[in-house]
Amino acid sequence: MVSSSVAQSSLPPPLKESGQREVFCGLTSIVWLHRRMPDAFFLVVGSRTCAHLIQSAAGVMIFAEPRFGTAILGERDLAGLADANEELDRLVAQLLERRPEIRTLFLVGSCPSEVIKLDLAKASERLNQQHAGRVTVINYTGSGIETTFTQGEDSALQALVPLMPKGDQPQLLIAGTLADAVEDRLVGLFHKLGIERVASLPPRRSTELPAVGPGTQLLLAQPYLSGTARALVDRGAHLIEAPYPFGVEGSRDWMAAAATACGVDPAQIDAVLDPLVERGRRALAPHREVLEGKRLFLLPDSQLEPALARFLAQECGMELVEVGTPYLDRQLMAQELARLPEGTQLSEGQHVDNQLQRVRQERPDLVVCGMGLANPLEAEGMATKWSIELVFSPIHGIDQAGDLAELFARPLRRRGALQFS
Amino acid sequence: MELTLWTYEGPPHVGAMRIAASMEGVHYVLHAPQGDTYADLLFTMIERRDRRPPVTYTTFQARDLGGDTAELVKRSIADAVERFQPEALLVGESCTAELIQDQPGALAAGMDLGGIPMVNLELPAYSKKENWGAAETFYQLVRNLLKPQLPAPGAPKLDPTRWRAENRRPRVNLLGPSLLGFRCRDDVRELTQLLAGYGIDVAVVAPLGARPADLLRIPMADANLNLYPEVSGTVCSWLERQFGLPAVKTVPIGIGATVDFLRELHGVLGLELPAELQAERQSRLPWYSRSVDSTYLTGKRVFVFADGTHAIAAARIASRELGFEVVGLGTYSREMAREVRALAAELGLEALITDDYLAVEAAMAEAAPELVLGTQMERHSAKRLGIPCAVISSPLHVQDVPARYAPQMGWEGANVIFDSWVHPLMMGLEEHLIGMFRHDFEFVDGHRSHLGDGAPAAPVLEEPAPVAVAVAGGSLSWSADGEAELAKIPFFVRGKVRKNTEAYARDQGLAVIDSEALYEAKAHYSR
Repeated sequence: MVSSSVAQSSLPPPLKESGQREVFCGLTSIVWLHRRMPDAFFLVVGSRTCAHLIQSAAGVMIFAEPRFGTAILGERDLAGLADANEELDRLVAQLLERRPEIRTLFLVGSCPSEVIKLDLAKASERLNQQHAGRVTVINYTGSGIETTFTQGEDSALQALVPLMPKGDQPQLLIAGTLADAVEDRLVGLFHKLGIERVASLPPRRSTELPAVGPGTQLLLAQPYLSGTARALVDRGAHLIEAPYPFGVEGSRDWMAAAATACGVDPAQIDAVLDPLVERGRRALAPHREVLEGKRLFLLPDSQLEPALARFLAQECGMELVEVGTPYLDRQLMAQELARLPEGTQLSEGQHVDNQLQRVRQERPDLVVCGMGLANPLEAEGMATKWSIELVFSPIHGIDQAGDLAELFARPLRRRGALQFS
Repeated sequence: MELTLWTYEGPPHVGAMRIAASMEGVHYVLHAPQGDTYADLLFTMIERRDRRPPVTYTTFQARDLGGDTAELVKRSIADAVERFQPEALLVGESCTAELIQDQPGALAAGMDLGGIPMVNLELPAYSKKENWGAAETFYQLVRNLLKPQLPAPGAPKLDPTRWRAENRRPRVNLLGPSLLGFRCRDDVRELTQLLAGYGIDVAVVAPLGARPADLLRIPMADANLNLYPEVSGTVCSWLERQFGLPAVKTVPIGIGATVDFLRELHGVLGLELPAELQAERQSRLPWYSRSVDSTYLTGKRVFVFADGTHAIAAARIASRELGFEVVGLGTYSREMAREVRALAAELGLEALITDDYLAVEAAMAEAAPELVLGTQMERHSAKRLGIPCAVISSPLHVQDVPARYAPQMGWEGANVIFDSWVHPLMMGLEEHLIGMFRHDFEFVDGHRSHLGDGAPAAPVLEEPAPVAVAVAGGSLSWSADGEAELAKIPFFVRGKVRKNTEAYARDQGLAVIDSEALYEAKAHYSR
């Protein structure tokens, strides 16, 4: 893999914490992955807790019969793994009969399935034979003992990499789930820049996996894809060093890095991107007025935190009190860390009670946190932004920079608007 | 192994969290992997709680499994006790921790906790569910705290009429109200007022708002009100067995049930019941139901699915107090299946006991009701089917925790129920009128359905029909005038009429259903 050439000496060492973590497990990423690939089904092999978790995180998405579900282990399955395998086969057959449109079935490992060592790799092999020609069965783990929140997407995509065909042709491969509309927009811009072949992982149809090979320039749209990036580099892809496409500047640099890697002429890059940048800055301006000079504390959640912090500091003028992240991949974050203001305090991992104590001491103007913490902090008088919205909303790209800033400005604006005396 | 898409109940440790979070001064140390903290949002988001649930999660990860997770448990317990200084400690595990068998309760028992009571919760995650977990936790906590007060074997049981001799007003405990239960906050207030009107005091309300010290006062009451049997049933029977504290079992939801409840309570306490309860003057439901405007409610087809307590209450109110026809009744509370089955049989129905929401949705579509009374899950199913719905039970969503006072129990509860059930029906009626007047020239753009664009989903009711015909052998078809006549029937009963007519046609050996056949069928079914 490429080595980072960016110096990070201006940042103090991150606080490393362990203790209670107020984060979701990797199963949660199913909530956006299943929407990205409407011909795929995600079957968690786990417990009632797993089912309840996804349901609670998905919240309002109950409107349709979902393309995810849980094979809930019962006492009998725990007593004998042979039975558990038979049961799983029966259940998958039943599911495929009910949902004949499913082309890819993800068997998703959970904490209980990992602990009882139910071998889902073997199960997918067996099920692939049973349902050959109809559906492809793939397995990965979303268990909380191994993955946090967005790492679930990393492990799902990583499981797809071996199935990608080999292809040597030059192409730009964007990895990481994007909202369809945002993807269309970004792909359109890359075409405009003169990059002809642009592919996405995950694709919109699970059966149309892009090729990968030495001609592939890999551009990460999400910062949490450590394993996927490694697997693609192993398949010959070249990883483009770039910040992530949040905000005007970050998105511009992200597109420019991709264009440069694909051999686009710098003048062409400026010609296409400069008008967008100018417009993006205009969209950002009213939100910057609200955010400028405000103190921001990010609790660890999605691993987007360093990139969002960079955007909010650099482009919105916010002051960073602490930037938490569940896990810090220094290599994938190199360009972000280099752009953070000098002295920015990062923290990795979590001890939620200790961290909340720091929040209370610092009294930031805005806290980015999970849904379990938002109302309690509001009740203590602090404005919050729930972070889960950041993985569900279209926030990538220059054109979305205004919307992204608005997500953070809204709680502050709302506080200003409310008056009860 | 069982395939689940959406679930009515969470795992049993979430039930334990409901008890801990409902109370003050209780802390729960939960041996659980990263991710299980999701359950916090049920309280902070759905209930809009202003503080985190009092739960410390050990948050073990894969790398801890090789090492000493027991040490992690002990550290978490010690930290939680020091940081939160609880008055009682619950120690338990979630599904994954159950598999690694660290036995956190036993570990806690071996620690110096400074003398606070510790309850070891063993909640089998692979066979039990949330309500069972709540009931078991509440029972274990009460049992543990009351152990020193247990009467000696053979000692005389408490006399529920002793208040007279003690020269005081009778007093009762309100047991069962908890967070994430349906309208518990307001039921407590309503019942407290109701009881005060009869000279009865409330001793302890638990778990909602109680401290461990309050639980110690439970035996000082004359009787328990088993308000939410899903949560308080176990503890009420234990208190009855051990202390002779009688439990009032009628749940006062609806006029008839409130009257029965008062009767039972007065009987237990040896109190004289006022001859005339004047229910009609206490609540507006009876008069509103009698008033001519309500005539159109007569025989409305209602489908009920909820937890046991609310399903039973709703079926009774719907059939007796509002003049509806209950066309479906069921519950996901297997613990209360017997009672629900009995009531269903009384109503000439077979109860649906399941926790598969797709089975409920199918039964709902089959019954073709005009109103659904259900949980959040049924609200979504009903929305898909284009049927009006009122939510009457957990599982709930944020809109089921209203800002206003909206009890279900007692006289005011009956008022709230009248409004909240009849309102969606009126909206349904309005929907029908919109359909009726759609072609009038005055009726132009701007008259939008409250269901929003895309609804009502009448096609959902209708589409299966051709399939059904094909399955029946393909020999049955509708003539153009038959279809035209069918189209004149309001959408919310059209599916049912179609099905009935086809069944009639098959019975009669008809090949084509024309308008005459439709009217023949109509006459046949009009009984």
